[in-house]
Amino acid sequence: MSEPTGARQEGALRTLAVAASVCFVCSVLVSATVQLLRPRQEANRERERERQIMAIVARQPALAHMFATLEEVDVRARIVELATGLYADWIDPLEFDVRRAERDPAQSVELPPERDLARIGRRANLATVYEVWRGERLELVILPVSGTGYAAMIRGYLAVAPDGNTVVGLVFYEHGETPGLGGDIEEPYWIDQWEGKKLRDEEGRILIGVSMDELDPTAPEAAYMVDGITGATRTSDAVTNLLRFWVGADGFESYLRRIGS
Amino acid sequence: MKVGIGTKAGPARTLSRPLFDENPIAQQILGVCSALAVTRTLAASLTMSIALVCVLTASNAAISAIRHLIPRSIRLVVQITIIASLVIVADQVLQAYAYGMSRELSVFVGLIITNCIVLGRAEGYAMHNGVWSSTLDGLGNGLGYSLVLVLVGSTRELLGAGTLLGRKVFAVASEGGWFEPIGLMRMPPSAFFVIGFLIWALRSWKTEQVEEQASAPLPTAEGGR
Repeated sequence: MSEPTGARQEGALRTLAVAASVCFVCSVLVSATVQLLRPRQEANRERERERQIMAIVARQPALAHMFATLEEVDVRARIVELATGLYADWIDPLEFDVRRAERDPAQSVELPPERDLARIGRRANLATVYEVWRGERLELVILPVSGTGYAAMIRGYLAVAPDGNTVVGLVFYEHGETPGLGGDIEEPYWIDQWEGKKLRDEEGRILIGVSMDELDPTAPEAAYMVDGITGATRTSDAVTNLLRFWVGADGFESYLRRIGS
Repeated sequence: MKVGIGTKAGPARTLSRPLFDENPIAQQILGVCSALAVTRTLAASLTMSIALVCVLTASNAAISAIRHLIPRSIRLVVQITIIASLVIVADQVLQAYAYGMSRELSVFVGLIITNCIVLGRAEGYAMHNGVWSSTLDGLGNGLGYSLVLVLVGSTRELLGAGTLLGRKVFAVASEGGWFEPIGLMRMPPSAFFVIGFLIWALRSWKTEQVEEQASAPLPTAEGGR
């Protein structure tokens, strides 16, 4: 069966022609497949993102209760323009990639150091928020938050009640904090403290944060602050700063005011 | 070795030879990288096997079909282009129809492109043989690879987690059973040991696969390959 392969059929023109036709056929094959399968893949990705959010959120006991009745709630991803707090519905949440937008000068702003509490350098103009609806009632909004921690970026989600001022939960899904110290920001004993904390006082001052001192549960600041993690001052500071940044004027302030009113 | 690569043989032999006599992993020691990486669970091993069988069969058939047209000077580039396109198609199909699995396999589906078995069969067989026997050769080698992957995957999942395809087989100690899962089996290096034992078993059964020793045999040479 074995016979000599095209050894005699050399020649530059022929080689080019074969190369070009192989490339053409292969690219048609690949493009057709990608085009044909894209809708299915996007649906898969969206489901996965939803599942991740559910998994993250369900770690919070208060939220787990709500999500136990999953069929009744409906999680909607919306794109929000941070400056105005309005929906940017002309952008498909599936297409929006916040990490790419953060790097693109056309889609982000550079933050001057004095405003850049979270130390993220640039902030995208748009953000994806997740709204949890039960029928016609908004139950919860889930906001992505991020900031530079002790060792690496900390990324998580802040769940806020529909009043726009009460924390329902805070979870971090990505961080590089020291295991056993700052790494405890993902431990239930610590994140459970956030439930019920207020973001702002009546005058609108942002007071949410991590307390550096022993927190007296009867003190007025206990309504806004949680206990810090011993030995993880930098991590605790980073969490305070990233929260204050993202609920503040450069973050979701306009959006939270809008849903709260 | 009694049978060389690419010698004349009937279709049945072409198909079955790569299973035991010339198994790509156990005899030719090709494609071991992915065999280490994706065999933590049986489901992942099966998915990877199916993807490789499809790519290998299709690439052998396609390359054999145009083997007379490919100029020698660019034959490897042409082969890789065809293989890469097929791998992208396989990866896309997995992302669409087996999303969870494609996340678990992550880059390893894409890395089928660099799997030596695929290029090895293209260059070593499909370039010199007809479409039909090349297709069978691709299928056979794919199945040979799959056989090892499924064996290693089953062993690792069973000993590492006490399950098979996610279903409980052994009662695990943490749930009050008798079986203490072996943590090592969940790590890639354990696949080395399992493949090593498989090769040892295969060569004890088919002694003609044992290479002739050039010099005095080392005491560990047989089991440790």
